[in-house]
Amino acid sequence: MNNSITHNILRFVFLVLIQIAIFNNINFLGYINPYPYVLFIVLFPIGDNRALLLFTSFLLGLTVDMFCNSGGMHAASCVTIAYIRPWILQSIFGLAYEYNAVKVVKAGFGQRLLFITILVFTHHLLLFLLESFNFSDIIYILKKTLFSGAFTVLLCLIFITLFSVKRR
Amino acid sequence: MQQIVNFFIKYRNFLLYVLLLFISLVFTIQSHSYHRSKFVNSANFLSGGIYSGLDNITAYFDLKVHNAQLVEENNRLRTKLLNTRDSISQKIDTATFHKRFRFITAKTINNNYTFKDNFLTLRAGSKDGLKQDLGVITSKGIVGIVDRTSTNYATVISILNSNSQINAKLKKSNHFGILVWRGGDPNIVDLIDVQSKAPVQKGDTIVTGGKSTIFPEGIGIGTIKSFELDPSENFYSIKVELFNDMTNIGYVYVIENLDREEIQTLEQQTADEQ
Repeated sequence: MNNSITHNILRFVFLVLIQIAIFNNINFLGYINPYPYVLFIVLFPIGDNRALLLFTSFLLGLTVDMFCNSGGMHAASCVTIAYIRPWILQSIFGLAYEYNAVKVVKAGFGQRLLFITILVFTHHLLLFLLESFNFSDIIYILKKTLFSGAFTVLLCLIFITLFSVKRR
Repeated sequence: MQQIVNFFIKYRNFLLYVLLLFISLVFTIQSHSYHRSKFVNSANFLSGGIYSGLDNITAYFDLKVHNAQLVEENNRLRTKLLNTRDSISQKIDTATFHKRFRFITAKTINNNYTFKDNFLTLRAGSKDGLKQDLGVITSKGIVGIVDRTSTNYATVISILNSNSQINAKLKKSNHFGILVWRGGDPNIVDLIDVQSKAPVQKGDTIVTGGKSTIFPEGIGIGTIKSFELDPSENFYSIKVELFNDMTNIGYVYVIENLDREEIQTLEQQTADEQ
């Protein structure tokens, strides 16, 4: 249990740091930036306290906001995906989720990809909507969501593969 | 009573979600107005410190470009100095000479240009004399306006920000307009509301107008890339290519207009009397 808390705190700090140091400065093709810090919400222990997940997600978003000078956009999107996460888990993993037997890292590739994709794209869509605050840019927002989202999903998958070395 | 408590227990996650969402939306809406959230900005001890540390590493990558810029500026100033007649013999008594502008140098430690509202963070704060609404320029042209300051750091509203509106004019004819940015290319800004009588030509220089108390008159902005009349044919909308490379800003100068308070008091008095 204690181990899990330390793990998550370390993950929080690590993801925020690489986000602001590296991934905010990618600017691929001028405007595409990935936001792999949402991996924290993806990997947050399942079946644990939901209120805790909501609160830490808010904190995560607000920390990134502070560095991006973006008010509360990241916080709002993070809290939202943290809130809808249980339902997505339920629809993807079904019965296994109800028995608390799901681990995102150990799930099958298809399920894992689907889960991450839904979370990431919801997050990005909300984020870019709040950023532009204007429905007339919807094409631009969707385009940005698609490209940045794909980039983020790819990075998340890479991170999971890299950091889930089988501890035996 | 029991039912109310039960309600709160049953929907506690939903209520927490709504509360947190509400807080973040308040911050977001605040961030879309000109002077922004006091709490969530990068001019604080933590983010300023981390950006400062990161900059110590990344500064080396841009060192060559920044050196070249400095040499270029020195070259320009030296040419100006040596070509001014009697520049040496004309003595200025600095004790009585009325100084209108004060310059403060600062290093940029964080710079955005991909969002709709972009900000820079400077390693200089209220300790160095920075305060809200001071102009920020580089040797080539304007960068933005100081927004929030802490003791050691400050955030700058970049000209690449949808809230930024800067008074600018054509260098050769004094016709003025408003400089805005509508997102997209970080090297192109729009100059709107220029009178249709203005002699606009491709390649002409745009400089700051003297109408605001933030920037001195005549600081370079960019050159005209293309222009078109708006549908009513009263005003030009001009695309301006910036002199500055907004994606690579190193050392900047913060300008303080020392007459600002006097001008503002005067304007206020005039407005009150009417």
